[in-house]
Amino acid sequence: MLHIEHLHVNVGDKEVLRDINLHINEGETHVLLGPNGSGKTTLLMTIMGFTNYTITKGKILFRGEDVTAMHAHERAKRGIGMLFQRPPTISGLKLGKMLTAISRTKQDNISELAKSVHMDKFLERDINKGFSGGEIKRSEVLQLMIQNPDFVMLDEPESGVDLENISLIGTTIGALLEKDKHLAKRKKSGLVITHTGYILDYLDADKGHVMCDGQIRCHGNPREILKDIKQRGYKECLECRNQ
Amino acid sequence: MPEPVIPELSKADKNRLAQSGIDLTMKNRCGSYLQMDQDIVHSECTQEGIEVLSYKKAMEKYDGLKEYAWKVVSPEKDDITKYVAAQKDPKGYVIIAHKGSNNIFPIQACLFLGREQIQHVHNIIIAEEGAELHIISGCTSGEHVGKGGAHYGISEFYVKKNAKISFTMIHNWSENIEVYPRSASIVEENGVFLSNYVCMQPVKKVQMYPTATLRGANSVARFSSVVISTPGSYMDLGSRAVLEAPGASAELVTRAITKGGTIISRGHINGKVAGTRGHLECKGLILQDGVIYAIPEIEGSVVGTELSHEAAVGKLARDEIEYLMSRGLDENEATATIIRGFLDVKISGLPEALQQQIDASIDTAEKSGF
Repeated sequence: MLHIEHLHVNVGDKEVLRDINLHINEGETHVLLGPNGSGKTTLLMTIMGFTNYTITKGKILFRGEDVTAMHAHERAKRGIGMLFQRPPTISGLKLGKMLTAISRTKQDNISELAKSVHMDKFLERDINKGFSGGEIKRSEVLQLMIQNPDFVMLDEPESGVDLENISLIGTTIGALLEKDKHLAKRKKSGLVITHTGYILDYLDADKGHVMCDGQIRCHGNPREILKDIKQRGYKECLECRNQ
Repeated sequence: MPEPVIPELSKADKNRLAQSGIDLTMKNRCGSYLQMDQDIVHSECTQEGIEVLSYKKAMEKYDGLKEYAWKVVSPEKDDITKYVAAQKDPKGYVIIAHKGSNNIFPIQACLFLGREQIQHVHNIIIAEEGAELHIISGCTSGEHVGKGGAHYGISEFYVKKNAKISFTMIHNWSENIEVYPRSASIVEENGVFLSNYVCMQPVKKVQMYPTATLRGANSVARFSSVVISTPGSYMDLGSRAVLEAPGASAELVTRAITKGGTIISRGHINGKVAGTRGHLECKGLILQDGVIYAIPEIEGSVVGTELSHEAAVGKLARDEIEYLMSRGLDENEATATIIRGFLDVKISGLPEALQQQIDASIDTAEKSGF
C-alpha cells in the first residue's frame, strides 16, 4: 500500500531524514520506534504532505501512485489519514463544524460517532481549545472515524491519555484498522509511533522499525524490539550507525 | 402581519434588502419601519405593548419626547449631529417597548438609500421597566446610487430597570457610500444592552463610536462587531462602555478582517466605581495587505474595578490550513472554514432568529470567497 524509496527530507536547511526506505503492505500495521527528535513525526508529516517538510530526494508511492508532489488534501482523498500528536488549536472553528466539513458523504451520524468516543459535548467547542491530552486524542480519533482512511498514521496516540481512555482509543483505532477482521480480509494499513507500547495491546502490529538520527536503523518483531528498548534503551541503536 | 407596501424595487435591490436582514414577507418579524431615502413608507408593529412610530409622529404623540430626544447624544457633538438636529423635517423612528412587554420576533428597521445624496435619521429606542426588545436594523443602498451618498444616523437607546434591548445592525452599503452613525445608550439597574454590528460588504467609509453608560447596578452591555474591509473601504469603528454602578459589566468583542481596506478598531472601557468588570477583545486577520489598527483602551480609577483587554492581529496560520487539508479539504475550503470560524461570534441572549441572520450575512460573504 505504501512504498517509500530513498527518501531524504529537509526542514528548512537542515536534512532531518536520510535515505528512508519503507514498505507497508495492505492489511499490515507497522510500528515506528525511536528516541525523541529522531525524525519519526517528520516522516509522518512528510507522508501526509505538510509543506514545511521538503523532499529533496526519493519518492513516496501510495497504491502504486507517486504522491511525492501531491498536496495534503490530495493524499487525504486517496486514503491517507493521520492522528496528530499535537494538532493546532483553531480559534472559533467548532469541532462539529469541522466534522461536517470533512464528512464528504453527509451520511455520517456525527453526534452518534462523537458519543462513541465521549466527544458529543465537545462539538460546540473550538477545536482543541482547552482540550486535555485525552480529549485531543479522542477528537483526532473522531475525525479519523469520519475521514475513514485506508492508511492510518498515528503519532503517539496514547500520550497524555489515561488508562481508561487508552482502552477506548485503542479499541476504536483497532476497528479503524480492521483488527476485528480476519488477517486475510484486512484492507487497512497503519503506521504507529509509540514510546510506551501500550497501544500495541489493541493493534496487533506486524512489523517494527527503529529510527535514529533520521534513519531507519533496524526492523523486526515490534514487541521484541520494544522489549529490547525497554531493557537497553536506544544506546545501541544510536551506536549502530558506526557499524 | 400584513406585508408592507413599498415602492417598486428591482430584484437586485430586493436581494440587497434581504442580505441586510430585511424580510419583506414579514415572516419572523413583529413590526417594521421602512425608510427609502427620506420617505417613510411603512411603520407598524403588531406586538402588544410595543410601538413603532415615525420620529415625527412620536414627537406629536409624546409631547416632544422631552426626556429622551437629544438627551444621550448631544446635538452639538459634531457636524453630523448638528446637521441632523438642524433638519426641519426630521426622519427616523421611535420604538417604545412599554413596561413588561416582550417581542419574541424582532422588529426590523430598514434604512434604504436609493437616490438621495444624504439620508438622515434620528432614532429613539426605549425599553421600559421589565421590557425586552429585539431590533434588527438593515441598512443598504440601491443599485442607482451612482454618484454616491451618505447616511447620517442618530440613535439614542434607553434601557430601563430590568429591561433588555438587543440591536443588531447589518450594513450592506456600496463602495460609494459614507456612513456616520452616532449612537449612545443609558442602561439602568439590571438592564441589558446588546449591540451587534455586521459589515461584510464594501463601503467607502464608516465612522462610529457608540457609547453605553451603565448607570444602574448590575447592568450589562455587550458590543460585538464582525467586519470585513475590502480595498477602498475605510472603517473607523469603536465602542465604549462607562461603568458607573456596582456590578456593572461590559464586553466589547471585535472580529476584523482586511482584504485590502482599512479598519481602525477602537474600544474604551472606563471603570468608575468598585465592583465593575469589563473585557475588550479585538482579533484581526490580514488576508491581503491593508490596515488593522487596534486601539484598545481600558481606564480604571478606583480600587475594585477589573478591566482587561486582548488584541491580536495576524495572518492565517499555515499549520491550521494544512491540518484541515490533511482531512481532505482543499486549500480554499480549508481557508474559508477557518475564516468562517474566526468570524463566528455567538452572542448570548440573542434570539435564534437574529443569530441566524448574523450567520446568514457571514455565509453570504463565505459563498463569495470572503
